[in-house]
Amino acid sequence: MTETRHTGRVLPVTDLSLVVLVGASGSGKSTFAHRHFRPTEIISSDFCRGLVSDDENDQGATRDAFDVLHYIAGKRLAAGRRTVVDATSVQQESRRQLIDLAKRYDVLPIAVVLDVPEEVCAERNAARSDRADMPRRVIQRHIRELRRSIRHLEREGFRKVHILRGVEEIDSATVVTEKRFNDLTHLTGPFDIVGDIHGCASELESLLSRLGYQDGVHPQGRTAVFVGDLVDRGPDSPGVLRRVMSMVGSGNALCVPGNHENKYGRYLKGRKVQHTHGLAETIEQMDDESEDFKAQVREFIDGLVSHYVLDGGKLVVCHAGLPEKYHGRTSGRVRSHALYGDTTGETDEFGLPVRYPWAEDYRGRAAVVYGHTPVPEASWVNNTICLDTGAVFGGKLTALRWPERELVDVPAERVWYEPARPLRAEAPGGHDGRPLDLADVQGRRVVETRYQGRVAVREENAAAALEVMSRFAIDPRLLPYLPPTMAPTATSHVEGYLEHPAEAFAQYAADGVARVVCEEKHMGSRAVALVCRDTDVAHKRFGVPPGPTGSLYTRTGRPFFADASVTEEILGRIRASVDAAGLWDELGTDWLLLDAELLPWSLKASGLLRTQYAAVGAASGAVFPGVLAALEGAAARGVDVTDLFARQRERAADAAAFTDAYRRYCWPTEGLDGVRLAPFQILAVQGRSLAALPHDEQLALLDRLVEHDPTGLLQTTRRLHVDTGDPESVRAGVDWWLEMTGRGGEGMVVKPAGAVVRDPQGRLVQPGIKCRGREYLRIIYGPEYTRPDNLTRLRGRFLNHKRSLAIREYALGLEALDRLADGEPLWRVHEAVFGVLALESEPVDPRL
Amino acid sequence: MFLTISTSGTAASPATDLGFLLHKHPDNAQTFTTSHGIAHVFYPEADAERCTAALLLEVDAVALVRRGKGKGRGGAPDAALAQYVNDRPYAASSLLAVAIGNVFSSAMRGVCRARPEAPARPRPLRIEVPALPARGGADLVRHLFEPLGWTVTAEPVALDAEFPEWGESRYVGLVLESEALTLSEALRHLYVLLPVLDDAKHYWVSSEEVDKLLRAGEGWLPGHPEQKLITSRYLSRRWSLTRQAMERLELVRLAETDDSEVEEIDNAVEDETETEEKPTPLAVRRREAILDALRRAGAARILDLGCGQGQLVQALLKDPSVTEIVGVDVSMRALTIASRRLRLDRMGERQASRVTLVQGSLAYTDRRLKGYDAAVLSEVIEHLDLPRLPALEYAVFGAARPRTVLVTTPNVEYNVRWESLPAGHVRHGDHRFEWTREEFRAWAHRVAELHGYQVEFTPVGADDPEVGPPTQMATFTLSAKEAEAA
Repeated sequence: MTETRHTGRVLPVTDLSLVVLVGASGSGKSTFAHRHFRPTEIISSDFCRGLVSDDENDQGATRDAFDVLHYIAGKRLAAGRRTVVDATSVQQESRRQLIDLAKRYDVLPIAVVLDVPEEVCAERNAARSDRADMPRRVIQRHIRELRRSIRHLEREGFRKVHILRGVEEIDSATVVTEKRFNDLTHLTGPFDIVGDIHGCASELESLLSRLGYQDGVHPQGRTAVFVGDLVDRGPDSPGVLRRVMSMVGSGNALCVPGNHENKYGRYLKGRKVQHTHGLAETIEQMDDESEDFKAQVREFIDGLVSHYVLDGGKLVVCHAGLPEKYHGRTSGRVRSHALYGDTTGETDEFGLPVRYPWAEDYRGRAAVVYGHTPVPEASWVNNTICLDTGAVFGGKLTALRWPERELVDVPAERVWYEPARPLRAEAPGGHDGRPLDLADVQGRRVVETRYQGRVAVREENAAAALEVMSRFAIDPRLLPYLPPTMAPTATSHVEGYLEHPAEAFAQYAADGVARVVCEEKHMGSRAVALVCRDTDVAHKRFGVPPGPTGSLYTRTGRPFFADASVTEEILGRIRASVDAAGLWDELGTDWLLLDAELLPWSLKASGLLRTQYAAVGAASGAVFPGVLAALEGAAARGVDVTDLFARQRERAADAAAFTDAYRRYCWPTEGLDGVRLAPFQILAVQGRSLAALPHDEQLALLDRLVEHDPTGLLQTTRRLHVDTGDPESVRAGVDWWLEMTGRGGEGMVVKPAGAVVRDPQGRLVQPGIKCRGREYLRIIYGPEYTRPDNLTRLRGRFLNHKRSLAIREYALGLEALDRLADGEPLWRVHEAVFGVLALESEPVDPRL
Repeated sequence: MFLTISTSGTAASPATDLGFLLHKHPDNAQTFTTSHGIAHVFYPEADAERCTAALLLEVDAVALVRRGKGKGRGGAPDAALAQYVNDRPYAASSLLAVAIGNVFSSAMRGVCRARPEAPARPRPLRIEVPALPARGGADLVRHLFEPLGWTVTAEPVALDAEFPEWGESRYVGLVLESEALTLSEALRHLYVLLPVLDDAKHYWVSSEEVDKLLRAGEGWLPGHPEQKLITSRYLSRRWSLTRQAMERLELVRLAETDDSEVEEIDNAVEDETETEEKPTPLAVRRREAILDALRRAGAARILDLGCGQGQLVQALLKDPSVTEIVGVDVSMRALTIASRRLRLDRMGERQASRVTLVQGSLAYTDRRLKGYDAAVLSEVIEHLDLPRLPALEYAVFGAARPRTVLVTTPNVEYNVRWESLPAGHVRHGDHRFEWTREEFRAWAHRVAELHGYQVEFTPVGADDPEVGPPTQMATFTLSAKEAEAA
């Protein structure tokens, strides 16, 4: 308790805390609060009374007013904002509620007591019209209760208590904001975070020297961070302590406590603890040490802070893992969580507690680096990593370089201690079957994207996506991307055409895009292929059980082939081409993600073909011979059917043209014979999204892939460069399209040559505009769409929503690729991928 | 969208009388505007021996799509009609039936001012419908027309002559011949049976349709052996049409995205279960077995994972010892139907507080599902692709972790006992796998072992000595030690 009486008292107040002002009515709490804190930090009970009853002095509303006060304070504390409660708080019960609130949100409760003589309070109240008639006995009671409370405040649970006596001391006091002990966000490292050592002093020395430390100092000024469990079980706990303590002491290291230090610390303080789990060894080894050293150890352990928030909040280090809501918080619960972790309450067959797989639930942006649970290999799970690789059990001692995220380890020299249970095969949570959480995708969501800011997904669209994703899509781990929809070119007014490339070139010219590439549009089904170098890569990088070497899926994430062996065969052929073209090394990767078209269309769309396209062809083919013969008969009889006859002949021709149109995209396949894959973009490789790689470079890489495929599976994409500002070049582009579609081609996609391009206003331009061929469009708009009156009506189509959708999906797709490339957790990648699927269920003209 | 009606004649009764009967002069081509296009009537031949009237309806496909904008999916009651690529301009469907009703209304009623006695006299008739969509194929066409006195020739139309492997289309080229029927009867047969065979209608089915059916069916429908099918097809799609318009839109779009038919993905709610015989539906047996197992487990708070249309939820509500039921399904449509079936909006507060229906997915962990006494997975796992099953295992046994888990799934060995099920077929189009008893047991034991449960097996339905029961059930119980901790 600080009670020194001199003017200009300095009151330290922690930056994240619940500050409870304690004082009688009229003691000047509001004035004090407003002098020292921001107005938004302060919640007063009077204000809350006003909120619920329109009268700030309505004592009958007190209960509701405090409900509101606690609610607001809770929201602020949950958000990590300091909160000052301006209420009398002279009764223990009202303070207890606030202390509970602070505990619930794991922040420090701090009391500031304003002890003012009764006369002063009465005088002040009398001067206020709304309190002028407050009975004197109320103030007397307040002061009585306050005096009774003062001595017990710390015992009640306040972690700091400032008592200000008299008006003068109150007026001259200043409040200074203090950082929390765990807040080391200003330290940016670089760091070398070292896993559980358990007395393996020799391994520690080896690791430190591999990390480049010379006698505990790194020449490049790096800082070591120890995740705790320095002691117990191993051969030389004193040696480890000596090294770590000296590095911490000299500012070359930070250390958080492990449960083993904690227990040993209690032993050193003379508490009764069981000498189990390797403590006996430590005690024995320390016997030879000086009392002085033991005292230093006791002090060192006593001073350890449960966890640290480092590097601008990007890194959290603690012993046993910490959920995001506890980061930077200060409470007994946080400390015990940081030291012991969370358990499910169950015990395993060895009688040891089953750890709660907290990392699976972790969705925080800060990386959490911890130890405590021995695992054979350190691996990232949802932006968390456990560095306890069981050095003392004969595993290895592991360090993580930050921000490089590189693992460095040294093997244990021997098994120093037999584990009570075998090391788990995998990190907590494990790989096999670990699903995502529904909260990652359900309901209305907003996805932050690098390229287009916040992209919203509506609830009903997420609901539809959930059904398709759950029932039909492949394993999300092998589904790191879904392709965005693409807008067609603006409607053409060229006679006989609904779409024509002139508009596409004009649109890009207007967007300030000079160089575009026209790519042949393959009429098949959109396919995304994830190709890993082998099953081991798929297992290690994508976390699926050994077996598949990648995936091949549709626009909605469904597998193309029910038979996994067919998928594997296609992947195998692509892989062989990548091998032969030498792209693995050139791109520095052991997997790649391809955007492609799988042909023929009839391979996957056969259901639709039968029920819709071929059906229309069959019906029209069956009906017109009879119609024309009947009209011929009537005409021969002299009945005037001239117009009708002519029109039916045209209709019959249109229907035949329609049948020809869809037939071009159908051919029989036998196994993989006849199946073709036309890749048009490498989307991502290890550590890198290639979405922004200019298209000519993309196509050059893909050409090499096609060249090196002896099986005929891979098909090249024809292309033509066009300068949108050069009429000659534009004409060449139009001619190219006319020629290609004239021969039955589906059409082309015009793309900015630079791939990801913004217009002069900084907005993303469409990544591609499709120009579909005149004949192909019969499949979309019906056999008779080219009839002049039909074209006139069909030109009234609206593209804005489709364009907006295309951009939003594109931004989500790019985001998914970036997150994938950055090695972000699965849920982050899946969030963006799911968003694309959800947006695809937005209402938009399906013919666009 | 075309048919011809021919008759032959004699000197006494010349074929050209057809013109009087139809009220359309054989020497003119006449044009009638109907709500979906222009109908033309003309005569390719007309003399005393032979007379043929042709009805050609020119359907405006663009208008068909655009007409109902704003209502449902592109406004059309039937998903297929929202497409510009649409067989309606070519096939003889309900549009043609409506045209018959409009253009030949007097003939249908059997009224002929010029020859008042003629309509009642049977004539030799030959009707050709070159592109008749027939759900049920040529066989059904015969079953529908033959009892009425027609000699039926129904030739299936190939889907595409260039791709014989695609097989037949749903169209048949139909020729009907009879000497014993009147023209009025013939037209009324077509008026009703064209849309019945097509099994889709272009307009909203309303209660008026019942009257229309009764009028057009007078004299022949009551005694028809397929009366039930005719009536239900003609009328019963009302509910499903509404449903399509209201609830499938998002899924329709996702199907379109993928160039697939909407039925491929929007199949969470079954229209009918084909293989389950009515008298002792297996579904009832299954429910009884589940309720019994839940009672023995003493479960009061229960998750019905994959609750579908809520049949089990409904049964559980009747048991007062059950205090809380959460029905979870991934299909919003199933949940909507379940909610309607349970009348959740009209249920008393106390009852309603026992039931919650939520959309959820077992491919994801879901913290809302933690802490329940029991979870039921009835006929659910077989709807997942095998590689996705571990995700469900973890979500249920690892994360939600109820004390008791009931899993039922078909026993594939029993399939040989289903007479209606072709050999080697699964029982439901969406079943991704069906297990033998041994496969199911192996799976259940592995899951139980991995997640600390004990498992027992119960047959559901008659336990055939050779192939076992139709349904197999596993009851997983959290091992005592872990239950205590939880």
